[in-house]
Amino acid sequence: MNTQNTALEALLKTDRDAIVDEWVAEFRVNLSKGNVTHLTTEARSVLDALAKGVAADGDPARFDTEAWSPLRDALEAVSASRAAQGSTSGETSRFVLASKKPLFDRLQATFTKDATALAGNLWWLSQLVDRAAQYTADAYQRTREDIINRQQQELLELSTPVVKLWDGVLAVPMIGTLDSARTQLVMETLLQRIVETGSELAIVDITGVPTVDTLVAQHLLKTVTAIRLMGADCIISGIRPQIAQTIVHLGIDLQGITTKATLADALSLALKQTGYVVTRPKAA
Amino acid sequence: MDRIPILQMGRNLLVTIQVDMQDQTAIRLQDDLSSKIEATGANGVLIDISALEIVDSFIGRMLASISGIARVLDATVVVVGMQPAVAITLVELGLSLDGVRTALNVERGMKQLTAAQDHDVDAGS
Amino acid sequence: MSTPDRDGSMALRNEQDIVMSRQTVRKLTQELKFSLVDQTKMITAASELSRNTVVYGGGGEMRWETVTNGVRQGLRLHFEDKGPGIPDMELALTDGWTSGKGMGVGLSGSRRLVNEFEIRSEVGVGTCVSITRWK
Repeated sequence: MNTQNTALEALLKTDRDAIVDEWVAEFRVNLSKGNVTHLTTEARSVLDALAKGVAADGDPARFDTEAWSPLRDALEAVSASRAAQGSTSGETSRFVLASKKPLFDRLQATFTKDATALAGNLWWLSQLVDRAAQYTADAYQRTREDIINRQQQELLELSTPVVKLWDGVLAVPMIGTLDSARTQLVMETLLQRIVETGSELAIVDITGVPTVDTLVAQHLLKTVTAIRLMGADCIISGIRPQIAQTIVHLGIDLQGITTKATLADALSLALKQTGYVVTRPKAA
Repeated sequence: MDRIPILQMGRNLLVTIQVDMQDQTAIRLQDDLSSKIEATGANGVLIDISALEIVDSFIGRMLASISGIARVLDATVVVVGMQPAVAITLVELGLSLDGVRTALNVERGMKQLTAAQDHDVDAGS
Repeated sequence: MSTPDRDGSMALRNEQDIVMSRQTVRKLTQELKFSLVDQTKMITAASELSRNTVVYGGGGEMRWETVTNGVRQGLRLHFEDKGPGIPDMELALTDGWTSGKGMGVGLSGSRRLVNEFEIRSEVGVGTCVSITRWK
């Protein structure tokens, strides 16, 4: 093991708890978020992981090697928890960088008599902590992106639920602007549910869709064609007068797709088509 | 080369496609079906594609051909069990398979065939 | 069939190879964890283009490579032949155009199934169609 790592290892073994406390204090001097207990736990886990890397004689210049694997894991955990708590990327890397002070202080104390060795050790440590901070910032980015993607997906799914209106009749209330991604998702979900439930009729309600242009109409047409290909049928409901006008005006050919003004009308037709009769028993 | 088996059930023929077919196999199936419809005087043909994960333009055209040929031979063809991903892809490909009857599953497909046959009987054909 | 390498090629000489190309692209898209619909689209496009290569191109090869664009991963396929080439590209890419046996749907249809579509063809020299699908 090289001398720098040896020196570091010694430090971390004897003085770990003190280093952790000073680290946390240093970070909080900059008055950033986080309660002390939480920060202390995080600092401790990072320091322990760092010690493992040092003991394995890791080279800071090659941060992606096996030796630094525990450290990378610890840093990822820290950045994930920070991201979830809403800390910024800056705060997260500042946290890691705040570990320099307590460690530098101790290296200075150890090597007071040897300026060259001190310089070497400080550089080694500096590299290491910088790499760690960089890694944490990157991990933070990835986590935020994952969270955003997941939220987008959930939003997409929540806004287009497929509901069973009756035996063999499914309905999808579309709300908001119909873009390509949205329509794809609706199409896939709807088709899947049609197969799962064996429903022969799907009602796509566009009451909540503000505008229908040629592109939107194309998307709807594709959805209906796919449904028919599979052996089911589709009714489009919620066609407001303005939309009807636009459709005619744009010369959009609905290719024999049944359309109804309201979801209620569509349901009524669907029930009829699937052989149901709705009666109201006479009042006693 | 695989040969897709054709089962006879009363006045109907049943075909289940479960393999990734070579083009030749599809053509063979088309020929076999035509012959068998004629030989048995079958009224209905049920083609189950629920196991097919890929239906490209060749298979699509084969299904359309078979439907057309059957019609001329006075039989009805119903294709059942198309997978959602297949339907989506066919639409994107631009194949609407006009003239090909479809149903969600074998049960529904048989209902369609029976209805078509009853209709013929009622019409006194 | 063992997992194909990330980059590779296979010959497209006959019908059996068309089937093989579908299976190969299936493995590749599964390895890359494409969604089921995206897998289906890519495999179908490959089937169309493989068939074109075999039937109209007099045989050729399919090459594949994994591509990255920043954080995005994708699959790129090339279908190349030394066949007669396509004399009228615009016509060939029009929906519903047939050269006797319906190459049209395959070419223009495949285009809609993928994110990137590139075709180079020279009469008397050959044709190369490249398609890419991103995750």
